[in-house]
Amino acid sequence: MSILIFADQAQGKIKKAALEAVQYGAKVAAQLGTTATALVLGPVDAAELSALGNYGAQKVLHAADARLHEVESIVYTKVISEAAEKEGSQVIIFPHNFDGKAVAPRVAARLKAGLVAGAISYPDTSNGFVVKKNVFSGKAFAHVNITSDKKIIAIIPNTFALTPGTGTATVEPFSPAIQDSDFKVKVVKTETVSGDVPLTEAEIVVSGGRGMKGPENWGILEDLAKALGAATASSRPVADAGWRPHHEHVGQTGLTVRPNLYVAIGISGAIQHLAGVNGSKVIVVINKDPEAPFFKAADYGIVGDAFEVVPKLTAAVQKLKQS
Amino acid sequence: MKILVCISKTPDTTAKIAFTDNNTKFNEAGVQFIINPYDEWYALVRALELKETIGADVHLVTVGGADCDPIIRKALALGGDEAFRINADSADSFYIASQIAAHAREKQYDIIFTGKETIDYNGSGIGGMVAELLDLPYVSIAAKFDLNGTVATVNREIEGGEETCEVSLPVVVSCQKGMAEARIPNMRGIMAARTKPLTVVDPVAADTLTSVVSFELPPAKAGVKLISPDNVDELVKLLHEEAKVI
Repeated sequence: MSILIFADQAQGKIKKAALEAVQYGAKVAAQLGTTATALVLGPVDAAELSALGNYGAQKVLHAADARLHEVESIVYTKVISEAAEKEGSQVIIFPHNFDGKAVAPRVAARLKAGLVAGAISYPDTSNGFVVKKNVFSGKAFAHVNITSDKKIIAIIPNTFALTPGTGTATVEPFSPAIQDSDFKVKVVKTETVSGDVPLTEAEIVVSGGRGMKGPENWGILEDLAKALGAATASSRPVADAGWRPHHEHVGQTGLTVRPNLYVAIGISGAIQHLAGVNGSKVIVVINKDPEAPFFKAADYGIVGDAFEVVPKLTAAVQKLKQS
Repeated sequence: MKILVCISKTPDTTAKIAFTDNNTKFNEAGVQFIINPYDEWYALVRALELKETIGADVHLVTVGGADCDPIIRKALALGGDEAFRINADSADSFYIASQIAAHAREKQYDIIFTGKETIDYNGSGIGGMVAELLDLPYVSIAAKFDLNGTVATVNREIEGGEETCEVSLPVVVSCQKGMAEARIPNMRGIMAARTKPLTVVDPVAADTLTSVVSFELPPAKAGVKLISPDNVDELVKLLHEEAKVI
């Protein structure tokens, strides 16, 4: 009857979004009077596994099979379903990141479990099993009732702040029944932007728009991002013009981000862009046009020339960090 | 080669989001509806490019009422060959995926393309569910799709990077930016679309596993606090002490 949490890893390290899912799952378990079991697939350090206890997991099922290093949705679905059956889990939690999006719908179809993808609240069980989720690309929320016996919730990264405690989790090896022939999608190459904070997991995002005038000017933005420990992002026109890679594009047709701090530099704030960022806790807008619509959605604003303001801001942040 | 493109009707990206009936229904008044951008710009156009380069029949499927017909005609005008509208009204991903899977099981497609998510419900579940129901491999959130005979090379997005995958057909792929460039239908396409087959199909029996209880709009922002460009130290101080985000 345990709550099962899919805690995904990359390069042997449990992702931050996965830790959030474990903590969320543990809270739901407490709410429903049961325990939380985290499921980790692929080779991961033993220390990483037991540390999941700090986020509320009582038990960690670990399938160390090296073939599970990368996500294969068919295989992952079989393994997660087998774990859910073993644990008697009626509720499964996923992070709503790339891995979760690849796997949660498959598991939902296999188990005939109602899926709320993009959840931003704990379930309300006072009248059914209702979870709040983002809809209209962040422009509204829906309260969705899961009516099936089995339920899957996929939570949006950066929504539930991590508050690690000092619990301990029992780590149990898990050998699911999988064959080589189950692996239909083969990863032949992985390219990661090393050293950078993944955009969807970043707590601070520094984003540039057309006001940056060209890719050659991104240095000042990257300096600010470095000082803040932030990921960099861009608006759609910037991605379309090829100034920045498309995976940095934030907005309705790009990524949705929910950082603690979103700094928008030279972005006018079209409704499609706002849709991708309005879940951010604090928004700072730097734009020389006082009429830029983005100011209406901002918490703090500076009307000024980015090329003057941004380097000064970087210096001020560095000064704060050193103090 | 037979390709199925799943399309969905969504409000235009600039539509004002409001609700009626005690916040239980989306207010459609004055809203223009479009093909979900991921379905059109990436899934459909990539299917059309494959049709043009290697030859393929491109079928379209949508689950919805007669109000979907205009967007289906537009997809036909862009170059789709034949369309199927499964006549049912549901917001539950599993119900919709069950309908698409039943259609695909009968028609036997080599490739099933979906958008990575719709811009209204943001469920991002249809592709994966269809793949599971048909027992097919699935590549999600793909930015590139190339074919070499019956083996596809697909790039999918991962946290902070990209993976290149290989998979044999048949396959289900959910598409995002990078797959193809958006197109505009031309007059010949629009004329031709009028006579292309659009078949209305009855839904199969399927379970509904979720239902929307109500909608809610985010609270309005309190208003922007403007800081002088000559006083960035003040901004850093506010972010540190008031907002506590740095």
